[in-house]
Amino acid sequence: MRFRWSNFILFLGYLFLYFPLVCIVIYSFNESRFVASWTRFSLKWYKTLLSNPIILRAAVTSLKVACLSATVSVVLGTMVAIIITRFKRFRGKTIFVGAITAPLVMPEVVMGLSLLMLFVGMEKIFGWPVGSGTTTITIAHITLTLSYVTMIVQARLHDLDMTLEEAALDLGASPLKVFFVITLPMISPAIVLGWLLAFALSIDDVVIASFVAGPGATTLPMIVFSSLRFGISPEINALATILMTVLSIGVIIFAVWVHRKESKVRSGK
Amino acid sequence: MYRIEERIISWITEIAKKISGRNILIAIPSIWIFLFFICPCLILVKISFSESLIASPPYTSLIDWMSGYMLQVRINLGNYMVLFTDEMYIKGFVTSILIAGTSTICCLMMGFPMAYAIARSSEKFRSILLMLVVLPFWTSFLIRIYAWIMLLSPCGFINSILMKFHLINAPLQLMNNSFAACVGIIYAYLPFMIFPLYSAIEKIDYSLIEAAHDLGSSPIRAFFSIVVPLSAPGIYAGSVLVFVPAIGEFVIPELLGGAQTLTIGRLVWNEFFGNMSWPTAASLSIVLLIFVVFPIAFTQRRKEIKLLSRD
Repeated sequence: MRFRWSNFILFLGYLFLYFPLVCIVIYSFNESRFVASWTRFSLKWYKTLLSNPIILRAAVTSLKVACLSATVSVVLGTMVAIIITRFKRFRGKTIFVGAITAPLVMPEVVMGLSLLMLFVGMEKIFGWPVGSGTTTITIAHITLTLSYVTMIVQARLHDLDMTLEEAALDLGASPLKVFFVITLPMISPAIVLGWLLAFALSIDDVVIASFVAGPGATTLPMIVFSSLRFGISPEINALATILMTVLSIGVIIFAVWVHRKESKVRSGK
Repeated sequence: MYRIEERIISWITEIAKKISGRNILIAIPSIWIFLFFICPCLILVKISFSESLIASPPYTSLIDWMSGYMLQVRINLGNYMVLFTDEMYIKGFVTSILIAGTSTICCLMMGFPMAYAIARSSEKFRSILLMLVVLPFWTSFLIRIYAWIMLLSPCGFINSILMKFHLINAPLQLMNNSFAACVGIIYAYLPFMIFPLYSAIEKIDYSLIEAAHDLGSSPIRAFFSIVVPLSAPGIYAGSVLVFVPAIGEFVIPELLGGAQTLTIGRLVWNEFFGNMSWPTAASLSIVLLIFVVFPIAFTQRRKEIKLLSRD
């Protein structure tokens, strides 16, 4: 094969993107604690990881927060997307859209700080919600991921053919029925993608969670972050490998599902 | 008496008339955004004007009822004055802008050839190549930073390889400096650069470049007078997408940058967690938003918001 510059550039680019991750996976199977010496293949670090109760408890907390916040965020985000794309102008629509998109450019530190100040103020007045551990993290993550979900669902709604919905409305279906029977199945890939992205963002967030976490609520990234401050640790290699595998499998399953769905639609036509 | 009751009843029916499915649908997310996005921002502004206090919560209130009918409003501008006079904060802003700027330029230099190569590759591979660009983005952010700690730290991968082949005697100081912080930011945000560049380059009509070649222009000239101007929207969008999150970044400078790379993100964090000075942390955040993030983001978003909020 002839040498081509573009292939060489792509090779270098993907090497830069993937080499660090491959290193993590390889060294998670190294028996030695040190990167300098490869002693032999072992699953030791996976064992120590899975017998660490602090990490396991944090993982469960993170999963709960991520599932709950992604689900609420998808429901709210779909509502917002419908309001933006399907509703005529109403008073305050520009402010509404601006407030929805603003969290996308807010630095995490500022968002965490401002939400914490709100929660402290609310605690003083209502005696809620700082006391209840993960509630504050969930609320913060919903607010953070809402804008991302909205962007994804709204882009899909924008591309959709509106005539089907209009036809159903003309034939006397209620708006709710039109949404559940016609719109929802057509935007389902975007909703699933939005859920996955919200889940990934939530399970990944360390800054906002550190600010707003109530007493006793520790998420997985918070533990990983504090252990990274002390440098390399092989348990984190193992944890990273597990997380990468799970998330990549999730994304690939999603991609295959969308591909099948789309080819079905195409062949149906 | 009847009059008042009638008026209340008509008022209630007026509200009831407005309760339609449509308005409820608008109300639910609006309430959420108001409570958990707009309110926190207002509180942030409020606290940035208060004074630090050793109490819980550690700040004074702006408005006080004094004895009798005295209403006292105390607005403290000291938190802002400190930011413009204390060298540490000015340095923090300069460091942040330098690191974010360098990383953005490096991302552009790395992302452009990649995006160009992807856009010019055969249609069959294009979606796979793009998918491969996003896939690292789906692995945890912390883990991607951790990967670089493993490569760059004194007993990390690069140093141990170099030591093994006796190229160096003592480990190189690759980590805990602004270089490492830049590398981390480039690595984390490269996909954000490649995507807008790709979609701009993909639209370029390749026959224009061929025409330039036929008319005798050198490949370099053709590149700078055709490809670069036509992909300008992508360059702009990609740069904003990298620069804006990079400027407020906390985790990367904290883990890779070492003690001397004090960015604004880290200063906010330190003021809050270290010094317990909520008002200073709040005023730093406000300055960061008003002078850096919003002006850049606004120029980019204005178009999109217009697009979104049209009828």
